[in-house]
Amino acid sequence: MKDNTIICRCSDLTQGDIRELIAKGYRTFDELKRISRIGMGPCQGRTCMQLVLRELSIATGKPISELAPGTFRPPVKSIKLGEILEAIEEGGEEAHG
Amino acid sequence: MVKTADVVIIGGGISGVAIAYNLAKKGIKDVVVIEKNYLASGATGRCGAGIRQQWGTEMNCRMSKYSCEAFETLKEDLDYDGDIEFKQGGYLIISSTEKEHEQFKKNIALQNSLGIQSKLLTLDEAKEVVPFLNTDGLISATFHQKDGHLNPFHTTQAYAEAAKRLGAQIHTFTEVTDIIVENGKIKGVKTNRGDIATNVVVNAAGGYSQLIGNMVGLELPVFSERHQILVTEAVEPILDPMVMSFSLNLYCQQVPHGGFIMGRGDEGEPRDLRITSGWHFVEEMTKTITRVLPPLKNVRFLRQWAGLYNITPDRQPIYGPVDEVEGFYLAIGFSGHGFMLAPATGIVIAESIIGEKTTLPIDMLHINRFKEGNLIFEPSVV
Repeated sequence: MKDNTIICRCSDLTQGDIRELIAKGYRTFDELKRISRIGMGPCQGRTCMQLVLRELSIATGKPISELAPGTFRPPVKSIKLGEILEAIEEGGEEAHG
Repeated sequence: MVKTADVVIIGGGISGVAIAYNLAKKGIKDVVVIEKNYLASGATGRCGAGIRQQWGTEMNCRMSKYSCEAFETLKEDLDYDGDIEFKQGGYLIISSTEKEHEQFKKNIALQNSLGIQSKLLTLDEAKEVVPFLNTDGLISATFHQKDGHLNPFHTTQAYAEAAKRLGAQIHTFTEVTDIIVENGKIKGVKTNRGDIATNVVVNAAGGYSQLIGNMVGLELPVFSERHQILVTEAVEPILDPMVMSFSLNLYCQQVPHGGFIMGRGDEGEPRDLRITSGWHFVEEMTKTITRVLPPLKNVRFLRQWAGLYNITPDRQPIYGPVDEVEGFYLAIGFSGHGFMLAPATGIVIAESIIGEKTTLPIDMLHINRFKEGNLIFEPSVV
């Protein structure tokens, strides 16, 4: 991979950006995420997290299995608030029907 | 790890690093911040990123006004090379009951008397601020242009880097396991990475402040409670201010990046340290926000998370020393608004420790107010 290879497509961060932040002292996925927005976009880290963990593994010398991944939170897949609203309203009708 | 310190601050959230910065700036040499995880990993980094001056008690108004004015020049004052994403898009606070409308009149009178230029708006005027606001069931609104948004991670980082340049030390991934007290005086702290001898400890542990209090034998009058937030995908800017309602129990803003951040409280929430995600919150949040701001039906919900409010009986923070243990200081109980008060917290706690006259009078926020029963309740909290 090259320094300008995109690692996070959602927030537009390259391998070079991530390496620069790691060199500044950020040592966990969560710290990198909070300072750079990596993993905060529509994919919620499902594309970039493994790539970032690999960079952290290279920098710290620790195997990926020993590094803390980010927290997975709902929803699994993004959904419009209007769709949730419809589901609530339909569910309500059934409950009263 | 360092063996001695003039001051040990427990907690690497915004309050802890702001206190460290102010102490170091005043010439205190050995200031050490101990953070069990990473900076802003607790309540600071989980908050709604809003800052407002529209409060209902004199102290909250004064502290938030001081802090907001500090935010206006903070990037330069701390010489930070990142972006703290400060935006003064205002807060539009809406009322939906007559009682709340009456409270708004009192709040505006108080705020105006303290130099905060907030205004009471009719619903037509509110729609000029947010054209797609659904005013059905609403009565009035208040607005203050200087309220707005600030990035919690970068602001914490800005204070931390400035504090370090002035000689303060910040130890992350280090947990305080006990505090040593001899004859009623602070003597040191124990951590999982060694002990530090010190005569002064500051409890700035946010949602965990009561556990730190227990380490010196105090039962602090605070409890922690989960509050949840959700964020949407980033879209084109359509909403300038934070929209907030106490009676409808919601706040929502579009951050500069483009995503909408929204949250609410839950009366049935147990008092504990959980920060898990719950579906009930998503349902209630969706129902209320799509009624008040209908276009949000079309944005995609990406993630939900939670953090801890550290709550006092009067919803105002507890500042300063305690009678029982010499050298033990409190900066706790922010009740959900610690981030926006950080500049005030930083300066008054530093002054209190050094023994200087405080920039803002903090006697009314001393812990003894609960023993004396002399409370003024903050009515304006989500």
